[in-house]
Amino acid sequence: MTHQEIIEDLTGRYGDSIFDIHEPYGLLTLTTKRENIIDLLQYLYNHKTLQIQFLTDLCGIHYPDNIGNELGVIYHVHSLINNIRIRIKVFFPLTDPEIPTATGLYATANWMERETYDFFGIIFKGHPNLKRILNVDEMDYFPMRKEYPLEDQTRRDKQDFHFGR
Amino acid sequence: MSQIQVTGNQIQAPENQPLLQQNPETPKYVNELTTLNLGPTHPATHGIFQNVLTMDGEKIVSGVPTIGYIHRAFEKIAEHRPFYQLTTLTDRMNYCSSPINNMGWHMTVEKLLGITVPKRAQYIRVIAMELARIADHLICNSILGVDSGAYTGFLYFFQEREKIYEIYEEICGARLTTNMGRIGGMERDLSDKALAKLKKWVEEFPPVMKEFEKMFNKNRIFRDRTEGVGPLTPERALNYGFTGPNLRAAGVDYDVRVMNPYSSYEDFEFDIPVGTTGDTYDRFMVRNEEIWQSLRIIQQAIDKLPEGRYFADAPEYYLPPKKEVYRSMEALIYHFKIIMGEIEAPVGEVYHSVEGGNGELGFYLVSDGGRAPYRLHFRRPSFIYYQAYPEMCIGTTLSDAIVIMSSLNVIAGELDA
Repeated sequence: MTHQEIIEDLTGRYGDSIFDIHEPYGLLTLTTKRENIIDLLQYLYNHKTLQIQFLTDLCGIHYPDNIGNELGVIYHVHSLINNIRIRIKVFFPLTDPEIPTATGLYATANWMERETYDFFGIIFKGHPNLKRILNVDEMDYFPMRKEYPLEDQTRRDKQDFHFGR
Repeated sequence: MSQIQVTGNQIQAPENQPLLQQNPETPKYVNELTTLNLGPTHPATHGIFQNVLTMDGEKIVSGVPTIGYIHRAFEKIAEHRPFYQLTTLTDRMNYCSSPINNMGWHMTVEKLLGITVPKRAQYIRVIAMELARIADHLICNSILGVDSGAYTGFLYFFQEREKIYEIYEEICGARLTTNMGRIGGMERDLSDKALAKLKKWVEEFPPVMKEFEKMFNKNRIFRDRTEGVGPLTPERALNYGFTGPNLRAAGVDYDVRVMNPYSSYEDFEFDIPVGTTGDTYDRFMVRNEEIWQSLRIIQQAIDKLPEGRYFADAPEYYLPPKKEVYRSMEALIYHFKIIMGEIEAPVGEVYHSVEGGNGELGFYLVSDGGRAPYRLHFRRPSFIYYQAYPEMCIGTTLSDAIVIMSSLNVIAGELDA
């Protein structure tokens, strides 16, 4: 299937729930709503011709300036049979950082979602074991959010001018 | 095994515990489960991994891995460093095959910037990447031998790895964390000395490899220790996101080099070895065969090495030669701008993946036009498949669990990033 056919197929099923469709560097990218994400992944998984059954990557992203859509989850799915990759994005507000889990469909989503929770504070509803994975359990913030600086700002020896920046 | 400590008191099993045999004849302690801490600094795990195992006698009932011991926040650091400074971070992910990581990162940025690298540079990259793959597999397979009681192969192979590192030295000047290549090509041409060393090694290595295979492939003890240990069905492996040799051992012939060729891999002829059962022995055999295939690719790359430039004609992104910087105004300006990270990166997002030593190594780069990535995510194969480790270990013994971990080739640096 060409990208155009996939887009037609998906918009035929989901209508306006799929938007912002483009192809940066040849990879079909689309955005959907969080109510549809698991259904969409399931649909692509069971699709007769597409057979997108491999979750390559799942990660979070934070855009503090997109009011109402600050946090996002990005899925990269891959059809090993047709060699088609699709990037699916979902955005939701910082105040309500919840999205359904994909662990029911992909076992690999387990740790990927834990990592995303650990770094962005995105809560994956229905996840069997949603706790921090790379950082210590006692951490009380989500370090990959943009408001957290890279290093402790009270330190004087790490200021930019020491590094010629 | 002095590092294994019994941490908890013995736990009374629930009454209808299915894994335990309720036999009135057997002594009482059979029905008790023991908690074992395997790691974090256990000599047989080759890295900092902790697994809290629940044991029923010799058998593993469940395991809970704890990771993150060497987490270094690469993704956060990446948001504050210019593109060319991130190569050193990629070195430290899979440090057994750092050239592949370096090249993968360069290619990601080149894709974003729209640079086409000349054929000669692509071929040099292929040589470096295949050397790295061989070095990676040498370590994995020889360590698997160590963990199953055969130390000799490990010592033999470390000599060969040393020779590969000497070739790295000739190509880029470094050995382990190579920082090889630049965005836009290689930092220097493949010298005659490097080529001579490479040719010599390609000739001398096959007999050693044959000897190694002779020592292991039909060795009764080794096969008893590895066959049928930790098998994974192809369905389960795909569901767990396995890629690379571990997936191919289960019988799925997915290889990024063939499916989405990069850096002129389409020019070379090579086979993808696959296993059938996905057990430890198959993973070992697939890696052995991949070493032979990598040798084939290197041989072809040496034979067909094109003449020409070793870097792209993109002065705004590729660091000019130092000599030029002192003589020419333009070179000085570009040198300054590149060093300060003032390159004009377009707004966009790129996903690029290469076939790493362990599987599909992906880079997801979101650029907002700034000096550093807005967001960079590494798809790290070790992180993704290590979560299958408890499932593969359940029902096996502790010594089998060690062998399974070795054959998965989990690299701590890549696991934790």
